[in-house]
Amino acid sequence: MSLFDNFKDPELCKALLDRIHKELDGELRFMEVCGTHTVSIFRSGVRSLLSDKVVHLSGPGCPVCVTHDSEVAAFLELAGRNAIIATFGDLMRVPGPDKKSLKSAQAEGARVKVVYSPFDALKLAQDNPGDKVVFLGVGFETTAPAIAATVKVAREQGITNFSVLCFHKLVPPALDALVGDPELKVQAFLLPGHVSAIIGVEPYRFLAEKHGLPSVVAGFEPVDILQALHLFVTMRNEGRAEVVNAYTRVVSDAGNPKAVSVMHEVFEPADALWRGIGLIPGSGLTVREEYAAFDAMRVFGMELKDVPAIKGCRCGDVLKGKLSPDGCPLFGKACTPAAPVGPCMVSTEGSCAAYYKYKV
Amino acid sequence: MDRVLLDYGSGGKASHRLIGELFLKYLGNAVLDRLDDAAFLEMSGPLSVSTDTFTVDPIFFPGGDIGSLAVHGTVNDVAMLGARPRYLTCGFILEEGLPMADLERIVESMGRAAREAGVLVVTGDTKVVPRGAVDKIFINTTGIGEVFVPEAPSGHRARPGDAILVSGFVGDHGLAILSKREGLTFEAPVLSDCASLNHLIVRLLETVPEVHVLRDPTRGGVATTLNEIAGQSGVECRILESSIPVRPEVSGGCSFLGLDPLYLANEGKFLCILPQEHAEAALSVMREDPLGRDAVQIGTVRAEHPGKVVLETPLGGTRLMDMLEGEQLPRIC
Ligand code: SF4
Repeated sequence: MSLFDNFKDPELCKALLDRIHKELDGELRFMEVCGTHTVSIFRSGVRSLLSDKVVHLSGPGCPVCVTHDSEVAAFLELAGRNAIIATFGDLMRVPGPDKKSLKSAQAEGARVKVVYSPFDALKLAQDNPGDKVVFLGVGFETTAPAIAATVKVAREQGITNFSVLCFHKLVPPALDALVGDPELKVQAFLLPGHVSAIIGVEPYRFLAEKHGLPSVVAGFEPVDILQALHLFVTMRNEGRAEVVNAYTRVVSDAGNPKAVSVMHEVFEPADALWRGIGLIPGSGLTVREEYAAFDAMRVFGMELKDVPAIKGCRCGDVLKGKLSPDGCPLFGKACTPAAPVGPCMVSTEGSCAAYYKYKV
Repeated sequence: MDRVLLDYGSGGKASHRLIGELFLKYLGNAVLDRLDDAAFLEMSGPLSVSTDTFTVDPIFFPGGDIGSLAVHGTVNDVAMLGARPRYLTCGFILEEGLPMADLERIVESMGRAAREAGVLVVTGDTKVVPRGAVDKIFINTTGIGEVFVPEAPSGHRARPGDAILVSGFVGDHGLAILSKREGLTFEAPVLSDCASLNHLIVRLLETVPEVHVLRDPTRGGVATTLNEIAGQSGVECRILESSIPVRPEVSGGCSFLGLDPLYLANEGKFLCILPQEHAEAALSVMREDPLGRDAVQIGTVRAEHPGKVVLETPLGGTRLMDMLEGEQLPRIC
């Protein structure tokens, strides 16, 4: 049995489930902040094993889902210009304001290349010296450091035809905005393992200290998730609220200071637009002045344009835990993975998409 | 000449040289060698016919190439109806400038695959198109065979109570192609499972003619194929996730890329659905053949959720295993 199998062990899971259900009195409404958790909760079958008293809500944790319409419009505008777009695969199908996507732009002749790391995009720039290569910088603290490092390398090597369209989002400011909403119906937070591996545990302390919400940094295997749920129950029963790092095999409390410092050297915090939520102060990253030559917005002289909000989409409510995805009137009818209306249906890690895909 | 020229598709002397020196050399047989406008075949019905066009990138991959794939793919499709594949036709669309050595390697590999499968290539066609009009080489193959079972297996015949078997490890071909195409290297290299299954299918159906469904889970993988069957038969396919054989290197590569091996293509595997009481007999025939050595039962057919594939996870939970919207794309985080 490998280390990983231990974290999938059915016996252990069953024991944890029993304890959760036995020790829980009343309802527990928990939210995960990370799309990988969302998918894992469904894929592993954990969700179908939770009693009705444990209410699972999916938060804004998928970088693709929260990429704002006006940002998607900017990708598509760039794809129409004379540039090679390098992107991670999951952005390909995200629909823009007029239902266009990078996939359809590619079919119409735009040069779009799916890459597996930002360094592949840099290599693309080196291999095509006559073209401008733009990497679409979408993601949370997890992906930003590697992209920042790529920009640094580009500058060191004097590569001038490479830039990044930087639409990174930061998780703690978004959580701060979310929990500040008096209508929020969440009692505990399952915190993202990958993001925490970079930023550590400190930035989440306010959840417990300011808002009294028990929060656990957890891994992605079923045992990790069930352990976190059990911790919620224990904390509640004992009248405590803390931020606990239960993923110590990957996440150190201090995070990865080197990665954070590279990220801050190249990028700086800025206000950002979240799809389905709107503007959240200080929740994004932009390229610092010193690296302006690698900022696609500046290189191509672009600005974010206002895009009309999607009609009928209840994603804001879904993300706040006020509505279950299948409670949205458009769910599975006007809004499906084939023709997504809102962000939560767009990515495979979005909460509406996970419901659609996995719920029996 | 060391590259394919537009002249080779002209129908003139150059074309004849290509046919004589290359195609007949590797694919020749009494029917093809006559070089008439059509092939004269003696067959009696019922027949199974299938056609497929192969456009795989890269054309050479770990465990095979586009030529052997074009033979295996069509031979397997013909066999899945309970037929002995007999004849193949093949059409080539070649890109001007394709290295002759590559073409020769591909045709030679097709010849070998056809001999192993016991099928004859009886007619063919070659076109050469200007550089850029196709990607190196596209091959179409059509196969025809005689159905030898009283009732041909079909996706419509799955019945509640049937067992669902798979002939071996899933996802190998898809990951082999992807890792070669993207230049990804994994610790243990993954080889395509590309193979002709017809001999195994014949033995299986001769021993267990009660088989209801045979399907090779190629594009879209096991997940998509099971969804098709569930839809065609109006039944639920209930799969036990922990019983699906996936090589550790394939599941490792998939988790790295955020892909699901159940949606990856297979080119040498088949799904077999038949009454539960015959499952053991079918498995033992399959396991006697190297191509079915790792065959197992992965689930059962039920009536509960018609048209759906439901996966039971190792924890005992359940979830849907739906068809994907498009191709699988690696994820961001
Ligand atoms: S179902 Fe579609 S429209 Fe409704 S909340 Fe989800 S993504 Fe938005």
